[in-house]
Amino acid sequence: MSAPLSLVAVGVVCLLTLILGGLGLRLSRATSDFYVAGRSVSPRMNASAIGGEYLSAASFLGVAGLIYDFGVDQLWLPVGYTLGYLVLLVMVAAPMRRSGAFTLPDFAEARLQSSRVRWIASVLVVAIGWLYLIPQFQGASLVLQHVAGVPGWVGGTVVAIVVALAVGAGGMRSITFVQAIQYWIKLSALAIPACILLALWWRSGHPAPVSPDPSWHLALTPREPGDHPTYRVYSTMVALCLGTMGLPHVLVRYYTNPDGVGARRTTVNVLALLGLFYVIPPIYGVLGRVELPTLPAGFRTDTIVLRLPGLVVGGLGGDLLTAILAGGAFAALLSTASGVAMSVTGVLDQSLVRPWLARATGGDAGMPFGFRIAAAAAVVVPYAVSRLADPIGLATMVGLAFAVAASTFAPLLILGVWWRSLSRRGAATGLVVGACAATLSVGASIVWGPFEGWLGAILSTPAAWTVPLAVLVTVVVSLATPRSVPAGTTRLLVRLHTPEGVDVRRSRPAD
Amino acid sequence: MTTTPPRRVRVTSARRGPTRPAATSLARDLDEQTGLGDVYLEGLMRAQFRLAAIVLGLAVASIGGLPVLLIAIPSVRHLTLLGIPFPWLVLGVLVYPVTWLLAGWYTRQAERVESDFRAALDHR
Repeated sequence: MSAPLSLVAVGVVCLLTLILGGLGLRLSRATSDFYVAGRSVSPRMNASAIGGEYLSAASFLGVAGLIYDFGVDQLWLPVGYTLGYLVLLVMVAAPMRRSGAFTLPDFAEARLQSSRVRWIASVLVVAIGWLYLIPQFQGASLVLQHVAGVPGWVGGTVVAIVVALAVGAGGMRSITFVQAIQYWIKLSALAIPACILLALWWRSGHPAPVSPDPSWHLALTPREPGDHPTYRVYSTMVALCLGTMGLPHVLVRYYTNPDGVGARRTTVNVLALLGLFYVIPPIYGVLGRVELPTLPAGFRTDTIVLRLPGLVVGGLGGDLLTAILAGGAFAALLSTASGVAMSVTGVLDQSLVRPWLARATGGDAGMPFGFRIAAAAAVVVPYAVSRLADPIGLATMVGLAFAVAASTFAPLLILGVWWRSLSRRGAATGLVVGACAATLSVGASIVWGPFEGWLGAILSTPAAWTVPLAVLVTVVVSLATPRSVPAGTTRLLVRLHTPEGVDVRRSRPAD
Repeated sequence: MTTTPPRRVRVTSARRGPTRPAATSLARDLDEQTGLGDVYLEGLMRAQFRLAAIVLGLAVASIGGLPVLLIAIPSVRHLTLLGIPFPWLVLGVLVYPVTWLLAGWYTRQAERVESDFRAALDHR
């Protein structure tokens, strides 16, 4: 039983997060205001931090599980998670940094000068953030259930508490350093056992992976008659490539770059770090099929990463490797969950709790109090849903968050950066239509489905039609309402696109 | 309170050349949103967008073209390189360094567009 070692690893990761969180908070207060400190973060450090926050339980456990389960077509997932940063780089990275906006609602308001669009964007950030948090809690339950045999609710509760404490203390966002370390913890925790497993596999005569299903080996082969793998691949790729820029915790980090040029260089480094990480999960998926050709009953494929060392190595060595992986999985969960929770908390605090508290107490309540209420709400709601809903699969849930982000924020950001005629009404209608289409479609297939054939494919992976729909609605409504194009559009575009070193002081407020 | 203050030291900058003009006239055009400034902004945005479109086009043609290739020529699915099936090799490994190189190229080009723009503003 690997329980004691794994529990120690998980405990160490949790403690480290809390201690570094508290310490980082104090450090950043002692030196200078952390926003200013944030702007001097080098592209390398910042890239590690983005990688640390981005690689979640879905990447650490879910991708390997899906590749184990369904084979080659699931390799598109990590490719999509990575290409999302390429799209972000060429479409919005430098302009977003230059916009001076700190969050997506900030950008929406600055670009469109509309509190209504800001409000819609805030609701969406919270919704997407919650969708993203649910699988993190479920992943935590899964890890602890597997390595320590504790009941399912323990893991999720531990992560929820740690995240709420870390965010409530206000420490997480300031400390780029902690997130940067998390990336390297995750990479080593996944890479070292993978190398050992690969070496053992090679020494044992490198047997080929076995799967009863031909679609596991052969790309784009339907699993069953009504399956449409090619559509699914394209639709998933649209969701992932465009959704990355709309995730609440991603763009926040861009503000810590010194300038637009730094934002681009950071993204190039992020691509290198993600590539380095994402070559590893398929190794677990494939070796899983070597060791366990078929699925035993009651077996969740998400646990294949944690299961392999015990199967291959066994004994103390196996326990040690399992412990390393469990620690890494927890590092993944905690860093992503705290990053997302932080963004959700910020938005909840800004647009809901603070105005409400001000009204209720006449402006007497202090800032930390409202912020902590917001932090609690940001964590409690997805935690409750994760307890009530059946686990749907880590990567599926994350996929839904990506689909919603791609159908809402991607059109808003891309058109906002590149198109002068974007109007308030166009943006607002596009956001609402995109969000409703993506959510209702996936929701229908979760609640009433799964459906067969084309209906199933279109409803469960909707990005291929919801994104064009949202773009079309935004463009058509914008063209139809030229009078609601905000007056300061050109000024903002000057700010977004003019390179550093050109003196445009009226358009670029000091930040 | 009674300690003698440290000797005053004069701090000067070594650089004594003419300071940069407050705002070159074209930069002001850009800032004040005159018609001319608009033309320059439009040109900058178009150049950057064209570059972005090239990168996205390359990505769509290569990665997006892979499923088309696999469907058009089914035998590619069985092709193996170094003992690894072709689609596994491309999606599992090759795509990452290629993406990284493409991103690096884009960044250099985008910075060049920006320095050209700055130069155009300075040398009217």
